[in-house]
Amino acid sequence: MIEVITVGALTTVQDRGRYGCLRWGVGTAGAMDGVALAAGNLLLGNDADGAAIEVQVFPFRVRFHEATAFALTGADCDATLDGLPLMPWSACTAQAGQELRLAAPRPGPARSSRAYLCLPGGVDVPLVLHSRSTQLRGAFGGLDGQPLQRGDRLRAAGGMAEMPSGMLGQMGLVPPELALPLKRDGCAAVRVLPAAEYSRYTADSHAAFWGSEWKITPQSDRYGYRFAGEQPLRAIAPMEMRSHGIVPGVIQVPPDGQPIVQMRDAQPTGGYPKIGTVIEADLWRLGQAPIGSRVRFIETTWDAALDALDEVQAWLADAARQIALHRRTRSAA
Amino acid sequence: MTALHEPMVSVLGTTAVLFEAPGAEMTLETQRHIWSLAREVERWHEVLEAVPGMNNLMLAFARPPRDIAGLQQRLLEAWDAVPPTALQGRLIELPVTYGGDGGPHMADVVAHTGLGVDDIVELHSSPTYPVFALGSHPGYCYLGGMNPRIATPRRQQPVLRIPGGAVSIGGFQTGVSASPGPSGWNTIGSTRMSFFDPTQEMPALLQPGDSIKFRIEKVIR
Repeated sequence: MIEVITVGALTTVQDRGRYGCLRWGVGTAGAMDGVALAAGNLLLGNDADGAAIEVQVFPFRVRFHEATAFALTGADCDATLDGLPLMPWSACTAQAGQELRLAAPRPGPARSSRAYLCLPGGVDVPLVLHSRSTQLRGAFGGLDGQPLQRGDRLRAAGGMAEMPSGMLGQMGLVPPELALPLKRDGCAAVRVLPAAEYSRYTADSHAAFWGSEWKITPQSDRYGYRFAGEQPLRAIAPMEMRSHGIVPGVIQVPPDGQPIVQMRDAQPTGGYPKIGTVIEADLWRLGQAPIGSRVRFIETTWDAALDALDEVQAWLADAARQIALHRRTRSAA
Repeated sequence: MTALHEPMVSVLGTTAVLFEAPGAEMTLETQRHIWSLAREVERWHEVLEAVPGMNNLMLAFARPPRDIAGLQQRLLEAWDAVPPTALQGRLIELPVTYGGDGGPHMADVVAHTGLGVDDIVELHSSPTYPVFALGSHPGYCYLGGMNPRIATPRRQQPVLRIPGGAVSIGGFQTGVSASPGPSGWNTIGSTRMSFFDPTQEMPALLQPGDSIKFRIEKVIR
């Protein structure tokens, strides 16, 4: 059992997401950084569908009411266990009564926004429509469909005492933002496939979209990121759209010309014109991009977008190998 | 509406593709064709889910195929091959209290259409509305068939929170919210029906092909 001591807005329980329910109007939800979540599950030997606590407002503190292993991935938050520093992207063990504290993400060029606290077997909340992710709009999933509050208590599905053998010491992974960097002219970047209405924007708009930096405004959250650029995107002629299915990553252009990228809590349908879609393989980068930071959009192709997905899978496979090796070494020791 | 002369297929990243039916108007006949296409392509191994929109269909991938051009071509061929099917849906009657606290934007619809409250209630409650698709939020139904005389543009500023069961008009469409949330539509009434129960295997009360009939429970002027 862990108890939430200090928590900010919209800290939620998330797994990989809720798939197959769009037909009922239910969006995907799920971790904003699916790679960090997957790595956290690997560090604990969990199944890939394990749920974790996604923290996006700091400080965040929890108390362990019994001894347990846990893993921390995502943003480097100068985590401490009873004041002792912990390595980022690592697993370790807490004793009953110890307190874990996550401070604000460390500043610098590789600054990330969201941290994941993973527990053995995943966070034990009920499966609702095949997922444990919190569905905020529908007020279901996660812990009673709500963000975490001070005093909430959560259990590990694998039981607190079941610690994977050999995971008692710390081992750290090289974070994907270092292993799989992506920049354009020194600016953080994500790759984009043009969408249905791309050709209906002016040449100047295309040039601005690919050629300039876009700032993530404070009106950005799990539902979507609103971007601001120096030159708004203009359609050649106004468009009236029929409501249609959309997915996380879709870049909509509302009448003011400042693009909105749909994120994990996006609704499953939309009606604004779409200039492009941030590819699935790069959504974790955006999920970690801080408010106020700048992003470049890089045009890509279908094949390159699939290759990028393979690269993420390869990084995870490599992480799994390192973890297995570490476990064997420690068991032998 | 921007008219499409040919069906169009486009990608939504590597997560999904979007098929858009041709035609200038949103019609029930085209939607029946969309439902048939959904039933057909849902059997394809690349497809996790086929999601009808308003005269369009999104295919979410179980695994994105390398040969996307081939899939797009198969989609167009399937559109030509499948006949439209009329789904045998259920008819759900919803008792509505029009106006009052539960219909705060009735005055805006009156102002825009120049009609009286009684006329608006009559025109809104007369048709049987087919459910074209679900979307927006869990259990929400996109309905076809509203009388264009009561069409009212979406609000300049969205309302931050409308309650579940709010009956509203947005442009040429009408619908009922399934849970509390923001909305840019004009709320003219309220109903107490529960549209969504996530604990059920079939969580949504209504499916495409079902129909809604609004029954006047009360009019607050």
